[in-house]
Amino acid sequence: MSEVATTPKFKSNVHDALTDARLQGALVHARNFTFRRVAAAERLPEFEALRDSARAIKDHTLLHLDLYLEAYERKVRESGGHVHYTQDAEEARTIIVDLCRSLGAKTVTKGKSMISEEIGLNQALEAAGIDAVETDLGEYIIQLRGETPSHIIAPAIHVTKQDIEQDFRRAHRDLPPNRDLSEPEQLLAEARGILRAKFLSADVGITGANFLVAETGASVIVTNEGNGDLTQILPRAHIVVASLEKVVPTMEDTAQLLRVLARSATGQDASVYTTFSTGPRRPDDPDGPSEYHVVLLDNGRSSMLGGEFENMLRCIRCGACMNHCPVYQAVGGHAYGWVYPGPMGAVLTPSLIGVAEGGQLPNASTFCGRCEAVCPVRIPLPNMMRHWREREFERRLSPTPLRYGLGFWAFFARRPTLYRLATNLAARVLHRAGRRKGRFSSAPFASGWTQYRDLAAPERTTFQSQWRAKSGATK
Amino acid sequence: MSARDAIFASIRRSLGVTGAEGPRLFEVGSRLEEAPAGVVPRRGQGDVEARVETFKAEADRVQASVSEVESLADAPAEVARFLRDNNCPASVRMGADEQLEAMPWSATPLQILRGASDGYDANAVSMAFAGIAETGTLALVSGAGNPTTLNFLPDNHIVVLRKDDVVADYESVFARLRTAYGKGGAPRTLNLISGPSRSAAIEQTLLLGAHGPRRLHIVIAG
Repeated sequence: MSEVATTPKFKSNVHDALTDARLQGALVHARNFTFRRVAAAERLPEFEALRDSARAIKDHTLLHLDLYLEAYERKVRESGGHVHYTQDAEEARTIIVDLCRSLGAKTVTKGKSMISEEIGLNQALEAAGIDAVETDLGEYIIQLRGETPSHIIAPAIHVTKQDIEQDFRRAHRDLPPNRDLSEPEQLLAEARGILRAKFLSADVGITGANFLVAETGASVIVTNEGNGDLTQILPRAHIVVASLEKVVPTMEDTAQLLRVLARSATGQDASVYTTFSTGPRRPDDPDGPSEYHVVLLDNGRSSMLGGEFENMLRCIRCGACMNHCPVYQAVGGHAYGWVYPGPMGAVLTPSLIGVAEGGQLPNASTFCGRCEAVCPVRIPLPNMMRHWREREFERRLSPTPLRYGLGFWAFFARRPTLYRLATNLAARVLHRAGRRKGRFSSAPFASGWTQYRDLAAPERTTFQSQWRAKSGATK
Repeated sequence: MSARDAIFASIRRSLGVTGAEGPRLFEVGSRLEEAPAGVVPRRGQGDVEARVETFKAEADRVQASVSEVESLADAPAEVARFLRDNNCPASVRMGADEQLEAMPWSATPLQILRGASDGYDANAVSMAFAGIAETGTLALVSGAGNPTTLNFLPDNHIVVLRKDDVVADYESVFARLRTAYGKGGAPRTLNLISGPSRSAAIEQTLLLGAHGPRRLHIVIAG
């Protein structure tokens, strides 16, 4: 990974995010996704059955991943394309930069790709003197800002329109300084004009892939703007960069996954453009790329197969888990410190960059379970976060106060009579202390909590004793 | 060891397989051969009239406009009407599609430009490979008949769709592709298009006409 992770500073990232009023204002927009997803799911009676089908397709493919990759590779070669295997980010960057150089590329347009972020491709292209232009509007905006995406399908969700206006005025210096850019329509029109020229002059187009179809050797991309298509049909060469687990068996399997992808992501029944690309242009084609390359990235995924985090490889990157996550909604994506935020990021990041670097992320969960409830391929995200917490604890990576605190709690938890006594006493004392307001706005050892919200004062008696009293009364 | 060999070795080590197991090869071979359909929504099903009605309703939901004409020969007049009503320039670009070429364009005032787009065309006309009732989606395939650039570069994209080509679902399109290109074959580009281009990147405000066409007009011909 070339993108330097700030994940180890997760705690201070969170503090910064929670106190950033501008960010908090922007994050409100992320909540729209949840209503749209529900509406789309309710319009399709087969939605739950499709989720089961999608999950089964991914499980089947992962179980036979070697064979489907071989079949896919064969079909790409048959159609005149090239497949390049890469074990890590460094290898992937090197191959892509070499390909661009051999094609004499000065300008590269890019469709939105999280794998490109994962391998830090833009920095590598820039270092090689190649101008890399992001063409997805959100990606273009954050590229101008020198930022990374804060959401896997809405990369600029943390940015307000006032920010974008300033960025455009700073970057598009050839345009009249007194032009009106106060409305989203005007911002879009300006970006469309600027990027149209880039599309037409690019030497190479680089896209990701939502799916790779073993049956035909096609790479599939899904967009609403059409930028991915202009990226891949106009330049001399199209380079697809994708991770191994994007392969699916057939076109029919792709359709099953597409039916849950758009609905889970944006609440659309279908994205505007779903494109299957197979090889370079053919003899009678009047347009399309003359060369077609696929760079397949492993970067730790092959070792996840067969292990306790294998289920994470089912992920189709819809973003529903982060859209529904109370933690993501509070802190946004940048706090997670690396490429993948939200619940899927909390599980995937420690797998890809190590538990020592990414081990704090699985702690950023209330275990409310909404991520698993909305995941189109039913990934047991909370359970996997629990696995990571256990590993972090086993490897003595969790902070000392937490380890002592847990030891202290475990001492009582293993002695039920003592536990009841202690909690009853604590409940009574805290109830009395907080009785006037029913909550604490500050408390010793709990400033991490009370800094951002009040701590509710307990009822006079514990849950256990209330439960006992209730069940006694109904007997 | 090449990166390819190392990756396959790692996958097989993790899965505990060699890659030569008969049952696995059979499983994968038959899945690729049979391409089972899975769960297919009922929404798009029905006879051709029902499919066309569903297609129109779904296309409308994604901000495409639809009109119906009696026959393919009536399509040019409808294209001219659409462009006139929307104050668009009276010229259209199109590929060498046989069905498009057979239409009476000379009976309209439209200037006809041929071939791929250079990025400066106002309007383009394409012939659809199929329409998918389930989501109001057009299926277009690349080639000299319908250059892919026409689907994305012009401001207004007009697509002629034969009524008989309105199918229920995605699976029906794949079946037709296998007939046209052979099993395991594919056009270089298959575009599935649901409405005009759009973006919600700026504060989640939905705007039409991001990088692709601002308008998508579908002419269904009986």
